[in-house]
Amino acid sequence: MSGAILVVDDEPAIRRLVRGALERAGHQVIEATTAAEALGAFDSDPAALLLDLGLPDRDGMELVPLAVKRGIPTLILSARDATAEKVAALDLGADDYVVKPFDTDELLARVRTALRRGQGNATAPAVLKAGDVEIDLERHEVRRGGGAVRLTPREFALLAELARHPGRVLTHSHLLRAVWGPAHDGDVEYLRVAVRALRHKLEDDPARPRLIRNEPAIGYRLAAIGDRIDL
Amino acid sequence: MPASARPSPEALLKQATRESRGAFKIFLGAAPGVGKTFEMLTEGAQRLRAGIDVVVGVVETHGRAETMALTAPFEIVPRRQFEESGRSVEEMDLDAILARRPALVLVDELAHTNAAGSRHPKRWQDVVELLDAGIDVLTTVNVQHIESLNDVVASFTRVRVRETVPDSVFEQAEIEIVDLPPDELIERLKEGKVYVPEEASRALGHFFSKSNLSALRELALRRAAQAVDQQMLDHVRAMGEGGAWAAGERIVVAVSEQPGAESLVRTAKRIADAMHASWSAVAVETARARGFTDADRERLASALRLAASLGATIATVPADSVAAGIIDYVIETNATQVVIGKSRRSLWFKLRNGSVVDTLLRSLDGVAVHVIPASGERMVAAVGTRIEAPPFPINAYVAAVLLVMLTTAIAKLLEPVINTNAVDLLYLIPVTAVATRFGLRPGLLAGMLAVFAYNFFFLPPLYTLTVTNPQNYVVLLILMAVAVICSQFAERLRSRALMGVRIAQDNAGLANLAQSLAAVSNHQATAQTIASEVARLFDVATILLDDEDGAIRIVAADPPLDALSPVDIAAAEWSFTRGEPAGKDTATLTACDWQFRPLKTSLGVLAVLGVARQDGRSPIGSDRSVLFAAVLGQAALAHERLVLEDDIREMHVLEERDKLRAALLSSISHDLRTPLTSVMAAAQALDGRNPDPALIGTIRIEAARLGRFFDDLIDMSRIEAGALNVEVEPIDLTDAVAAAAHDMRAVYGKRPVNLAVPPDLPLVRADARLLHHILINLLDNAAKYGAPGTPVIIEGRGTPDGLLLSVIDEGPGLPPGSEDAIFGTFARIEGGDRTGGTGLGLAIVKGFADAMGLSVAAANREEPRGAIFTIGFPRALLVKPQAPGFENGEAETGGDA
Repeated sequence: MSGAILVVDDEPAIRRLVRGALERAGHQVIEATTAAEALGAFDSDPAALLLDLGLPDRDGMELVPLAVKRGIPTLILSARDATAEKVAALDLGADDYVVKPFDTDELLARVRTALRRGQGNATAPAVLKAGDVEIDLERHEVRRGGGAVRLTPREFALLAELARHPGRVLTHSHLLRAVWGPAHDGDVEYLRVAVRALRHKLEDDPARPRLIRNEPAIGYRLAAIGDRIDL
Repeated sequence: MPASARPSPEALLKQATRESRGAFKIFLGAAPGVGKTFEMLTEGAQRLRAGIDVVVGVVETHGRAETMALTAPFEIVPRRQFEESGRSVEEMDLDAILARRPALVLVDELAHTNAAGSRHPKRWQDVVELLDAGIDVLTTVNVQHIESLNDVVASFTRVRVRETVPDSVFEQAEIEIVDLPPDELIERLKEGKVYVPEEASRALGHFFSKSNLSALRELALRRAAQAVDQQMLDHVRAMGEGGAWAAGERIVVAVSEQPGAESLVRTAKRIADAMHASWSAVAVETARARGFTDADRERLASALRLAASLGATIATVPADSVAAGIIDYVIETNATQVVIGKSRRSLWFKLRNGSVVDTLLRSLDGVAVHVIPASGERMVAAVGTRIEAPPFPINAYVAAVLLVMLTTAIAKLLEPVINTNAVDLLYLIPVTAVATRFGLRPGLLAGMLAVFAYNFFFLPPLYTLTVTNPQNYVVLLILMAVAVICSQFAERLRSRALMGVRIAQDNAGLANLAQSLAAVSNHQATAQTIASEVARLFDVATILLDDEDGAIRIVAADPPLDALSPVDIAAAEWSFTRGEPAGKDTATLTACDWQFRPLKTSLGVLAVLGVARQDGRSPIGSDRSVLFAAVLGQAALAHERLVLEDDIREMHVLEERDKLRAALLSSISHDLRTPLTSVMAAAQALDGRNPDPALIGTIRIEAARLGRFFDDLIDMSRIEAGALNVEVEPIDLTDAVAAAAHDMRAVYGKRPVNLAVPPDLPLVRADARLLHHILINLLDNAAKYGAPGTPVIIEGRGTPDGLLLSVIDEGPGLPPGSEDAIFGTFARIEGGDRTGGTGLGLAIVKGFADAMGLSVAAANREEPRGAIFTIGFPRALLVKPQAPGFENGEAETGGDA
């Protein structure tokens, strides 16, 4: 692994600025302006991929599964209203997305999360922590502030699925398939009710959730350790 | 819910049809003079006094002052003049009444026959049209005019009434019986108080006998009771209460070309009515049909037409024999009762073919067979119409003579080498050949000649005709039998082959039509194909018309034709607007040369097909009516396909345009955003290094604002272009509000946002993305216009009508009266100096809310002063509070109890 971050965008200004931000945070950067260049750069084993989908030669979406296959954590740089595009990229295995115009700090936080995943915990640890919540995957136990929390099997399965990808957005479809099975792909209602129940049991103030975050029209993410848990 | 409690769709439809049409009441009397017209006028006058718009369409006063006085209060629509065979006749003016549009019209003498040249041949058809136009009708009729009772009345009064009203019309009406005991009626008659119609005056004495009047009275009462019964059944069925539903009874009446077929049909109708059963009339087409005269064909066709008009489904089936055809049809339609006429055929015919009745009884288990004796009309032509194949050409007989001569010559040559007794066998050859090839009669001739030749040339004494030899008779008998058997087998084979050819031709014709229609894809070509294929298949002239801006126009014709006579155009228009056949051989405008049939589809009537024959005969014979119906169906489908294709094409164009618009918008959005991204990132990069961080901060904040302006502009143009793509999903409002507040944390900073959305509200159906933008814009608005540092509250609550979500700020509030205007494009709150918005934010809120079916409202509040913006989710958008497949009795795991 080269440890460098591959930035793919056809706008030179964006590339320059993203490079600046990443380098100031101590990352190495490789740039590519086309899908073909990006594919060539895959061989240098980048630590993460920052991908704009509107590329001159090919649809950026085609690169997502190729990057995922090589185990490169992938972030999408996307336009604000491209909900369907974001969901598609996430379902193809992309880690996250950042909306243009983006806040540099937020971009860096997302990159850090992606890199953490990329640094190879292929097997998730048996005990995951998020905020004051501890999730013991092996013993099927959840503790909050030291005390045990009673969850139904479904609630546990949902929490465990989120906890296995801390900080990462999981689409509605992903969660429904993982927890309820492929037949329930469209039953967002189940998910809403389960999330509501989980928040009730795990959050200090369920009306102001910190642990399980809603990404409207896309999915949910579990606040990663070190994530700002504010508001 | 028991199945019987479900209303039957047919009954509901019937009721709905009845409800949207005008109300229809018939005053039914047993005989002239019982006071029907009087009753009708009395009821009309009552309605008039009640303030209803009543006019007299037609009332026959017969010059009697009493009746005239009764009509005085009414407006009378003037009648229309017609010239009929040199004298002038007056008829009810249908068009004038339709134009006048009264609420109720009085129409005397429902069974009246209109003068030639009227729109409809019968007055009851005028009445049906009035009812269809939504006009109520009161009318009068005597019981002997009811179609299905026509025979019964004629059987005892010996007066056959030609003017009849179909039972279907009768069944739509409310019946009021006008009753007068026979003695009183006879009394009135003697006093000269009764106008006697022409047809009855001929048999006056007989018709008005007490026994007749009693019988007629009973018939009228019974028929009225039956109608009430039927209406009650319809009502019960529409209410879904089941009731006496004579389930499964189906009646088939077999009609033939023989006289009496019509009375057979009426009998079947009476049986069907009595059982509340559905019924059908079937004509079996055997080889004999080839020998039918035109009169035979017409009789058969009119019997089938009568059956159709009495509500039967009709069919023509080809078969080897009448019995076989009936049996097949009965089995196919699951009929439970068969009605056939008593055969008038000769004993000889029965011996050869077997009795149809016997065969039916033997073959149809569990099916009741009604055999109805001939009634009414004399069976004049019947006996003579036992049909053989059409008259043979003379050469069949010549061939018989020649073949026998040839055989004799050959036999003479062979005589030296064969036994004389074997010669008679040789004669089997010409007899078999002639009988097989030319049929029975030439076969018999050949047999006869053979016997003479054999006798003359070979039996001793030679060259004389001896009659004493018994061998003669044996040979004669054998040869005759051979001729009969051979001709019959051959005939059967031939007819089967012919029938096969006919069916094959029909099928090929249909297939051909389907193929030709599939190959064309525009209206003109389709119309031309239909016109020419129908012309070819049925050997008729055809014309296809459709409607352009309310006027009927010719689209195609075969042979080419540019114009129709006015009466034909009227018939075509009538057929088009009513969706029913019109013109020759139909019930409407029968004076036409053409018969027009509507091409009906699920999209309505798309065109009218006209058919006609030069020689003025029926354009489509009864034997081909089924094929014609199939062809009409295909033609209609072809038209429907074209219309649907046009629709789809149009939709594609619209879709493409929408796609283009959406693509344009997102490309503009991308182009605007890219430089902004650079500006913001650049400012951020400078941050901390620059000696004046405040300036950098200004760049960042202003760039972010510019970004929001762009977003607003693009959202607004999406709304106005109608390019919003709404994708609805169940949403937890608590969740949605939290996400919006989270996204606005940079704007709010330390300023408090109170989230008061209880987590137990029902889920709502909305587009999560659009709802998120609505909340962001409302929060942004509250941040801008609320006093700095004051809390903003988001509050959710359920109401009986749905859910309300309010964003509440503390500040100056809205200028009074601006509560609605504030959602307009570029509306800005007056005096808002801290604006920093485009004025589009709230217009976008409104646009998005409208797209999702949500309501938005703005209001002021006191204590503390401020503005309240409320989004309403109607009940219909709430998700029922349950999650099947989720907790469902699942045990919770872990924990310390």
